[in-house]
Amino acid sequence: MKIVRDTWLVYSRAMKLNLKQPVWLIVMLVQPIYFLFLFAPLLDPMEGAGVPGFENGAMETFVPGLIIMMALFGSAFVGFGLIAELRQGVIERMRVTPVSRVALMLGRTLSTVTTTVFQSLALVLLAALTGKLDVYWPGVFLMLLIVMLTAFMLAAVSLGLAIILKSEDAMAPTINTLVQPIMLISGIMLPMAMAPTWLQSVADFNPFYYAVQASRDLFAGNLDSDFVWQATAILGVLTVLLVWWATRKFARAVA
Amino acid sequence: MLIETRGLKKTFKSRGKEVEAVRGVDLAVKEGEVFGLLGPNGAGKTTTMRMLSTLIEPTEGHAVVCGHDLARAAGRVRRDIGYVGQAGGTWGEVTAREELVMQGRLYGMSKKRAQARAAEVLESFQLGEYADRNVKTYSGGQKRRLDIALGIMHEPKLLFLDEPTTGLDPQSRAHMWDEVRGLRERGTAIFLTTHYLDEADALCDRLAIIDHGEIVAEGTPNELKKEVAGDVVAVGVPERASEARDLFAAKDFVREVEAGEPDPATGIAVLRLYVDDGASALPELLRALDAADLSPASIELHRPSLDDVFLKQTGRSLREEK
Repeated sequence: MKIVRDTWLVYSRAMKLNLKQPVWLIVMLVQPIYFLFLFAPLLDPMEGAGVPGFENGAMETFVPGLIIMMALFGSAFVGFGLIAELRQGVIERMRVTPVSRVALMLGRTLSTVTTTVFQSLALVLLAALTGKLDVYWPGVFLMLLIVMLTAFMLAAVSLGLAIILKSEDAMAPTINTLVQPIMLISGIMLPMAMAPTWLQSVADFNPFYYAVQASRDLFAGNLDSDFVWQATAILGVLTVLLVWWATRKFARAVA
Repeated sequence: MLIETRGLKKTFKSRGKEVEAVRGVDLAVKEGEVFGLLGPNGAGKTTTMRMLSTLIEPTEGHAVVCGHDLARAAGRVRRDIGYVGQAGGTWGEVTAREELVMQGRLYGMSKKRAQARAAEVLESFQLGEYADRNVKTYSGGQKRRLDIALGIMHEPKLLFLDEPTTGLDPQSRAHMWDEVRGLRERGTAIFLTTHYLDEADALCDRLAIIDHGEIVAEGTPNELKKEVAGDVVAVGVPERASEARDLFAAKDFVREVEAGEPDPATGIAVLRLYVDDGASALPELLRALDAADLSPASIELHRPSLDDVFLKQTGRSLREEK
């Protein structure tokens, strides 16, 4: 099928570019590593202290959240690369070819999903090395599906925004303004179960709250948790909508 | 005909205001020719080209490109055309060969076919030596050659070149002209935009002059220049310019007089006289000036250039725009 072939072409070009600049992939791991070693130890006393949200253990609660955070930031910033490509005429050149418009978007998005998966696995391994984390591998792999949806969706949003804003200067504050509150009320740092009721009610409307909760449940092996199907449904629908939106932006981009 | 347009229009909305970038363009481009769209910056050249190459949709009007209706069969148009934008089309950590193979594959070639064609194109654009280096190490001329190479990977019938020599040094520019002529010899039609008069004159079989979104003249460079007049006499007068102007306009061998503004530094105003035969007109003009006690600061006779064509159609010089 043409769209599959085209997506593969765009994907392999994007992956090749990623691999030529491995520095980036490592840079994206640095922030979570800081959190892992400089923040996570603060949570140790939570273990077994009956604090709400920490029933699975301190590290077992924190690491899945950290992975979602990495997916959030890693994908939200992929638009920056696209702005450079827009400026250099790369996107324009491809839009004049008969390549599928959807593929131009999907190929790039999927390459971000791929790198996020590798970063997540690297982070789980690093966290396991600290010796404080019980890893339940089937849960980890199921959790990766949630991570993939998160990365897929945010990469599409970021690419769409890049096409609208066309400048790094406008892009950085926009992404920060969007992602910071989403991150804070998703319970990445501390579980929302610790939050006052009003903040919990706000979090109920944050799709990433479900992503974080579902990741924690899957990581701990609670496969039948309600959060799992809720997160899958919410992220799934949003992903479809946002990918469709970004594809339209790609087809009409005025570079 | 490779391109035929009727009433092509493009209106952009910018901060609530409507800007008419292109206001009803009729164009015809024939097979195998080099067609130029000449005009100052902001005249609508690039917008016209972007519409014809499927990048933006026309607001109004109709166009057929390579036999396909632009509005209904953009996909078919894309198969038959190549396009090289002002910004080029490559960047950074990719090699020329990788990009060419990728480009071929985007046009549906098999990997093997794309690799063979890439080797061929690299050879003919003298890029073989740099084929496996990252594009970011290329000089301006090398990068521009690669941009064109990408545009013709799939052997299009028609190649769009948006300002192909802007920003190139004179030597690379001459190379680029040779490339364009070479492509034409091999049967590729070329549609290019330029704001360089010499480029339009030297390179194009036919051209259209565009200003404020409208075509003001169309034809071969020679036809266009003939339309202006046989010759142009430029007379610089230090004072009493309007008197001199009336004097010249009264002569029956002078077809038209264009009076320029006086130069603020020297006070000299240049009058451009369009005459059939400059050589025989000169003595008469000098006698008339003498009789009126007017002494010219300079007098110059030249064949009309495309700038004269532009000047006559728009009342402005294209050279002054830069």
